[in-house]
Amino acid sequence: MILMAAAGVVSGQIRISGKVTDAEHHPLSGVNLAIRDSYDGTTSGTDGTYSFTTTEKGPQVLEASEAGYSTDTFPVNINNMPLSYNPVLVRSYGQLNLVTISAGSFEASDEHRGTVLKPLDIVTTAGANADVISALKTLPGAQQIGESSGLFVRGGTGEETPTFIDGMTVNDPYFSSVPDIAQRGRFSPFLFKGTVFSSGGYSAQYGQGLSGAVILESEDLPKQSSSTLAVSSVGLGLGTDQLSKSKTFSYGGDLNYTNLGPYYGLITQRQAFTTKPVFWNGDVNFRVMTSKTGMLKFYGYGNYSKLGFLQPSLNNPGQQDMFTLDNENVYTNLTYTDLLNEHWKIYLGASYSDNADKIGLGEQSGTGDTLLSLNHVNNRDGLAQGKIMMTRYVGRFSALRFGTEYHDAFNSFGYDQYDTNYVDHYLAAFAETDLYFTTKFMARIGVRTEYSSLLNKWNIAPRISLAYKVADKDQFSVAYGDFYERPDTLFWLNGYDKLGFVRATHYIASFQRVSHDYTFRVEAFYKKYSGLVTTVPDTTNGGSGYAKGIELFWRDRKTFKNIDYWISYSYLDTKRKWVNYPFAAQPNFAATNTLDIVFKKYFPAITSNLGLTYSFASGRPYYDPNLPAADFLSERTIPYNSLGISYDYLANIHGAFTVFVLSISNALNSSQVYGYNYSNDKTRRQAIVPPANRFFFVGMFMSFGVNRTQEVIDNN
Amino acid sequence: MKKIFYSLCICCCVISATAQSSRYIAAMEENVAPLDSVSSMDSLQILSNNFQRIAEAEKSAWLPYYYAGYCQALIAYMEMDMNKVDGYADQAAIFAAKADSLSPNNSEVLCLKSMVASARIKVDPMTRGMQYGMQSGQDLQKAETLDPANPRVYLLEGEGKFYTPAAYGGGKAAAKPLLQEAVDKYGSFKPKSDIDPRWGEAQATQLLAQCSQ
Repeated sequence: MILMAAAGVVSGQIRISGKVTDAEHHPLSGVNLAIRDSYDGTTSGTDGTYSFTTTEKGPQVLEASEAGYSTDTFPVNINNMPLSYNPVLVRSYGQLNLVTISAGSFEASDEHRGTVLKPLDIVTTAGANADVISALKTLPGAQQIGESSGLFVRGGTGEETPTFIDGMTVNDPYFSSVPDIAQRGRFSPFLFKGTVFSSGGYSAQYGQGLSGAVILESEDLPKQSSSTLAVSSVGLGLGTDQLSKSKTFSYGGDLNYTNLGPYYGLITQRQAFTTKPVFWNGDVNFRVMTSKTGMLKFYGYGNYSKLGFLQPSLNNPGQQDMFTLDNENVYTNLTYTDLLNEHWKIYLGASYSDNADKIGLGEQSGTGDTLLSLNHVNNRDGLAQGKIMMTRYVGRFSALRFGTEYHDAFNSFGYDQYDTNYVDHYLAAFAETDLYFTTKFMARIGVRTEYSSLLNKWNIAPRISLAYKVADKDQFSVAYGDFYERPDTLFWLNGYDKLGFVRATHYIASFQRVSHDYTFRVEAFYKKYSGLVTTVPDTTNGGSGYAKGIELFWRDRKTFKNIDYWISYSYLDTKRKWVNYPFAAQPNFAATNTLDIVFKKYFPAITSNLGLTYSFASGRPYYDPNLPAADFLSERTIPYNSLGISYDYLANIHGAFTVFVLSISNALNSSQVYGYNYSNDKTRRQAIVPPANRFFFVGMFMSFGVNRTQEVIDNN
Repeated sequence: MKKIFYSLCICCCVISATAQSSRYIAAMEENVAPLDSVSSMDSLQILSNNFQRIAEAEKSAWLPYYYAGYCQALIAYMEMDMNKVDGYADQAAIFAAKADSLSPNNSEVLCLKSMVASARIKVDPMTRGMQYGMQSGQDLQKAETLDPANPRVYLLEGEGKFYTPAAYGGGKAAAKPLLQEAVDKYGSFKPKSDIDPRWGEAQATQLLAQCSQ
């Protein structure tokens, strides 16, 4: 018996050979070929071929496996004949490099490989001063608007690009507006693991944005407990994130105090501040892993701020105009997501927010000691909302989503003793499918319907996007969709009962090539506005307009060592007839050409980052009321130029990861004019310019991680 | 007659059992030997595949999974195409997890896990440095607690410091004492068998020399 077995070992070697290919018939090298449960086997060569001998006999299973591919198996009966086996391996899920919808959107995320931006990019963009919106302004489609808050996208106003946090609408994402000065976003970029900037054609999950959307996704459980301390030229901040021992629960919060008083004492502003801007704000959060797949998140934010200033009156030379603002803002957001089983996912969200602005508008005598007039404006808006969404996974990749949301919104406008209040009940339902025809070709087909009780009208908005991957890194996308928005709240004051939804229809085509080291993208769009609100001679939905253009984006992290840069260029052709425009004209918030160059260089030897951001925009239209009506908005301001510089030095101070930041906006002191205000008698005008040409910032941010502290203790 | 038959049977069983394990040791030795000398990713992939076949045939031995993962981790270190690094690291992590389940609380397996985490950092140091650097450090800490005599713990720790900027707590000065300790431990380290991990001594000596430059 033993002899027989031994004889078999010597004489019974059978050769197995063949060639391994992928689904596209390309040879695969490095594939592990084995007879299951035996040592026998080999690895395929560069041409995909292989050959090995075995002493195994009888019924066996041949296996071909490679990381990132499905394993192929082949049952055989080994006798005395050589065997041939030519396996075909298919890329496995996750490695598939699946096509995804990309028309109109830029994503910053760590989770999805091959995104255009990383969350850190938002913080490290020079000139943005860690403001999400300012960083997004360096992407194609966004305008360089310095006199009003918000993102002005593809010929739209700031109102046309709403902000969403974890699927919920944010009513007041920016600090309360101040005449002719754009305000920062309220929310810290460190709160979010993902940011999507859509400049059109976005998902049916979101509504009430004619032009774009800023979709923010909050962080999950922190990796470890940590605390932060921020000290800067404008204030102080403290924060903490605590992770439970079981790593299933975390809570945290931040407290920030900002006072621009000392800074304004050093750097003269155009406005004479009577109340130096002071902001107190803070947030709290908790996150609970309710199961392996379930997550409950709460985020709450509160702000109190005040400021007041005087500036020379345009209408009454020698007098001063007074502006004061007190703001109280609360935003809360509670969301829950879980996989119910392998097919179903549930999302539930609830949010409440409340914003109160107390504004004083006055006139003072030239000497500033006599108050000639004072009017009080009290604006308040609140929003309670709820949303539910179900996702049904179909097949390997496709999914169907549907849901509904309800908003209970109130607005009150007070002007001295006059008071106007509105309540709107808004209801929306949506359904959308991500349909994969192949791994390279997909469609997103969706529809959204909305009702507003104030307008007493329904709308229905179909949206379709297609994406086709022509090569591993290259894909084409097209998108079409209807987008509706309620008219701006200001218009409601004049006959809201006669108004209906404002509508924009988007057509987008784009091509992109994305690799780890570079991104290239070109996108063309056409947007048609209808139902824009006109206020002369009557408040109606009689306006219309269009915007079309082409945009380029190039990002390169490889060519120059330690240098990462991107270039965005936007060409925009837009006209609209709305508000008091006598005819369709290019609006004063739209520049024809916009260019941004963002440059980041890392110096490993001195652990420093140097950031430069250069922005250019061609002159924007303004109207000189002394010109005939036919020349409405025919004048152009000087072009906009801005160079922001930031320098970060990274250090380890007693185990605390520390970043020192020095930044200057508009370092070259370029003159920036956003438009002109004219006096009522048209004889005087004043350029709309920033409060100061440059803004300097010095700060230190320290992060104390529990583990790092431990490291320090261990080392001593 | 019956007795003879039974004793023959037992004899056969003993022979086949020892034959099996000597075959295992021979196969392992054959593949462990070239580990110090291979320098190409292709050869590492071949070795990794060989170890994987042994691992899947043996089922209960942690070493072949450990070595398959070690080869994948080395490939991940060598790979310069940042789109591909995670694929190798993922594969290494799978092998490390299998080795871990077969031999829990093994200092060598934790060293491998630490290598996998630090291999991922280079894909995007700015965003990943913190997370994976910490993960890698935690694994090494655990590896040290489990076996303070394991020289690879100090080698990997020293190596990590060596390639980390001083601002993040790294640098040559921080690496030197750890690498010195590694070299000392290699001096007294005896692998449990000819096929147990013993790599790293040359690397430790070489890095230590660079620290003194």
